[in-house]
Amino acid sequence: MTEKPIKKIAIFGGTHGNELTGVFLVKHWLQDGAEIQRTGLEVKPFISNPRAVKKCLRYIDCDLNRVFDLENLGKKMSEDLPYEVRRAQEINHLFGQKNSEDSYDIIFDLHNTTSNMGCTLILEDSKNDFLIQMFHYIKTSLAPLPCYVYLIEHPSLKYATTRSIAKYPVGIEVGPQPQGVLRADILDQMRKMIKHALDFIHQFNQGKEFPPCAIEAYKIMEKVDFPRNENGEIAAIIHPNLQMKPQPQHRGLHYGKTGDEPSPFTQMAACLLWTCMCMKKAVCLCSGHPKTKYIILTSSPKAQDLFLSF
Amino acid sequence: MCSLPVPQEPLRRVVVTGGTHGNEMSGVYLARHWLRTPVDLQRPSFSALPMLANPAATAVCRRYIGHDLNRTFTNTFLISKATPDEPYEVTRARELNQLLGPKSSSQAFDFLLDLHNTTANMGTCFITKATDVFAIHLCHHLQLKNPKLPSRVLVYQLSQDETYSLDSVAKHGMTLELGPQAQGVLRADLFSQMRSLVASSLDFIELFNQGTAFPAFEMEVYRFLGCEDFPHTEDGDLAGMVHPQLQDRDFEPLRPGTPVFQMFSGEDVLYKGDSTVYPVFINEAAYYEKNIAFMKSEKLLVSIPALPGLTPVPTPLT
Repeated sequence: MTEKPIKKIAIFGGTHGNELTGVFLVKHWLQDGAEIQRTGLEVKPFISNPRAVKKCLRYIDCDLNRVFDLENLGKKMSEDLPYEVRRAQEINHLFGQKNSEDSYDIIFDLHNTTSNMGCTLILEDSKNDFLIQMFHYIKTSLAPLPCYVYLIEHPSLKYATTRSIAKYPVGIEVGPQPQGVLRADILDQMRKMIKHALDFIHQFNQGKEFPPCAIEAYKIMEKVDFPRNENGEIAAIIHPNLQMKPQPQHRGLHYGKTGDEPSPFTQMAACLLWTCMCMKKAVCLCSGHPKTKYIILTSSPKAQDLFLSF
Repeated sequence: MCSLPVPQEPLRRVVVTGGTHGNEMSGVYLARHWLRTPVDLQRPSFSALPMLANPAATAVCRRYIGHDLNRTFTNTFLISKATPDEPYEVTRARELNQLLGPKSSSQAFDFLLDLHNTTANMGTCFITKATDVFAIHLCHHLQLKNPKLPSRVLVYQLSQDETYSLDSVAKHGMTLELGPQAQGVLRADLFSQMRSLVASSLDFIELFNQGTAFPAFEMEVYRFLGCEDFPHTEDGDLAGMVHPQLQDRDFEPLRPGTPVFQMFSGEDVLYKGDSTVYPVFINEAAYYEKNIAFMKSEKLLVSIPALPGLTPVPTPLT
């Protein structure tokens, strides 16, 4: 766990300009931030991609949430750079520098998805005891509303997120919500996640002790593309059996590639499939222990096709 | 109500359009599929033409490039002189009017079926002109054929307002609106439903072409009344959102005094109208820019006259 108290926190909305819950929560907190203030904490709400927000697009030139690698952050500033790369450098200047002592302690980055992921917290590093404790606190406080933890730690699939310039990066993903739409129920859930997170930090700063805990996480395994025809066009749709199932039934779902033959089955968690990523269910992350323990669950195998052909 | 004349001859020129809005994926992918396998749209007396209505918007998965195509079929746009800087959709509307119209002329296509999706919880909805008796018979046929699939008929233009949608280019037309589906997303359940509704629509036209008569009936329809805007801040930003008690309640009665919006500050905004209305297109993504939080309709019971069978044309002796 971290030794020092947490001081500087930022809440980013509109990293993707058409994911409206974060956009409007942050705009609201810029007008009236009483509910996100905690004694001893500096909490800064911030619209991260204002041009994309204005146009209600995911991005203008390139995905802001993929360009916070040292190469892009180190590029010589020029008008020819994509807008999001220039913006990333500004954000790194304001809230970083990435990997430096001065960087913000925590950045919460607020996202929505069209897939049925419910409340999901995104973790970048399975050894981050502080965030594992925070996520455990948020999950416990939200119960009985489910809250999932998605771990993007992977040698090739991890990407350079906007929040990664902070010491403790937290992705918050709530769905399903169409792009360009604001749903009151989704906004209420995201607002609660932030409230519990800030309460946890406040209690931590006040010296409250948190006993060792374990959380279940879904770890990214691989990306699954749609089946495509020779022109590269999508040739099948997500199978209705996979789309929007109530989440508890997703545990240990097996799948066959695309054809009628139930060929190689791989274990995966299907609830997170809209992004076409495969997750291994489940990793048990334990905070307060010297080693992180991994448990792979193998429940109820049932063959199902992933895709429905036209 | 002054009805459009019902067809006196078989409908031979039928078109099924998808991608009028380039990010409404059910119609986009069905149209693309039928362009490769047009045999699905063939019937003994006619072959329906599949068409991508807005290919440029479809290519970039956006509703439109410069102007909403489904609001561009007015005489002002259709007879305007081409200019180099006009929006893409104005040019495209003129092209489609040439191909499928001209609007209100005897050369126009007999029937146009336009495929759409909405992010609102509209289920299966058929939208047509209140005066198009033939199209309303088609809606009724689809309802009888799919008793387990709840569907509603939404009608517009009881007054003399000018029509502006793509389906108004043909002599008769209908819009199939299926939801909820996010923009840019393809759901298998809605895709299969739309495909089967198009097949039944073509079957109905075939039955009519074969001389089948359809009796008169009474039907519940929803008629457009007007639109309701979101609450705004002084800067013009949203100050609140559709209330959780209204969200997903399309076609359910909304009574005066019940909550319609929830402000970000927490308080509720109540519906101020003086009578019960039936909201539709609640929280549709594409309507934020049009300042529409939902549309209001009234529920009516209407009597639709019989659709007489075509008189068989005597086969010439050979």
